[in-house]
Amino acid sequence: MDLTPKRYADTVVLFPVGRIDHATSEGFKTALAPHMARCAEGLDRIILDFAGVEYISSVGLRVLMLASKQAKTQRGSLGVAALQPAVREIFDISRFTMVLDVFPSVREGLASFSRRALAAFDAA
Amino acid sequence: MPPDGRLTVRFWGTRGSIPVAMTSAEVRRKLIAALLHASGRRLDTPEKAAAFLERDLDFAVSHTFGGNSSCVEIATGHRDYVLCDLGSGARVFGNDALATRGPSGQTFHAFMSHLHWDHIMGFPFFMPAYTAGNRIRIYGCHADLEEAFRGQHAAPSFPVDFSRLPATIEFVRLEPERDYEIAGLRVRPKAQHHSGDSYGYRFQANDKVVVYSTDAEHKQDDLAEIKAFAEFFRDADLVIFDSQYSLAEATSIKEDWGHSSNVVGLELCQMAHAKRLCLYHHEPVSDDERIAALLAETRRLEEITRGDRRVEILAAYDGMEIAL
Repeated sequence: MDLTPKRYADTVVLFPVGRIDHATSEGFKTALAPHMARCAEGLDRIILDFAGVEYISSVGLRVLMLASKQAKTQRGSLGVAALQPAVREIFDISRFTMVLDVFPSVREGLASFSRRALAAFDAA
Repeated sequence: MPPDGRLTVRFWGTRGSIPVAMTSAEVRRKLIAALLHASGRRLDTPEKAAAFLERDLDFAVSHTFGGNSSCVEIATGHRDYVLCDLGSGARVFGNDALATRGPSGQTFHAFMSHLHWDHIMGFPFFMPAYTAGNRIRIYGCHADLEEAFRGQHAAPSFPVDFSRLPATIEFVRLEPERDYEIAGLRVRPKAQHHSGDSYGYRFQANDKVVVYSTDAEHKQDDLAEIKAFAEFFRDADLVIFDSQYSLAEATSIKEDWGHSSNVVGLELCQMAHAKRLCLYHHEPVSDDERIAALLAETRRLEEITRGDRRVEILAAYDGMEIAL
């Protein structure tokens, strides 16, 4: 899965597209791995822009949970932003909104994580 | 089987981990909500009051999901009784069986998911065991099936030793992934992830299929396992499924605690083309409002993820009956 990364200062925004389910979750996990390796204190902050994600199943949510655990272990910051309404409902029903940082928009995620990244985003 | 080939599933205990009872504060809260809702209405006969309860009040106000631990009856029309698990709900079932068909001369077949306390604790209070002439056959895949039942009757845990029970009690060891013909049902056990292992059961009679799958954790990234369970649930008329935790809990702080979620239950039923998913083994901390909310959310999830087939979503409650 191509995550088309965009860097805003110390924060990388990733843009997965389509369905994240049994057919695609392994590709999502593999594509995410190098970014998560750098999601650590003093390195990068990561925001997943979910505007292009139509559906996420439990296996996709598990990938996010593992990524979140990795980020916490590395003292990094991982957030998910701009969920489509149906995906937002899936997050609510599965209670993932209680264990992940979920933001209404990428901009709000950047504002929460890094002033420098927000400035870079606004200037872009 | 009855002539029309129907199966009836009755839930005698639906709570996970430990039995719970409503507190007086919870009863009072329900009464206040019901009385406020009834104000201005003329409910001057039992019939009008009953109709009001059914029609105008939410289930969580007019009823309770109940608090007995796991016990489900599958009635096939066969003379013998068939049960899944012997949690505290088995006490209520046993008393009902005695009242319905008399104290003696009955045969009971009980299929055990596993031997954790909440699934066997009803047996010391299972009155048919205290009458000669009853036959109780307890089936399971665990090597220590008999030992677990004898152990909970032994001193200092219980005053009546197992050896003093007058009924004829037999233990039957089953093998997973094998079909058995028992009491008019084809039965197939399947191993599940749970501390000390658990087993689900697929019951089939004529063209009706009921799957009892509780105390089971599903690892979503193990595709082979997911496919195996979808096959186990294949085309079931009813899947009774352990949905004790939220998906977030089951994949984080409660990972490897041996339970599953409504989300995984729905996904498996959708993959399997099952007709009904029944949420079961309710979290003991959940009150009626919370279980009702879980049901509503799961129905909504089914709506927004539906493919070409609908899965009917139910939440089990003590006393619920489903005719298939």
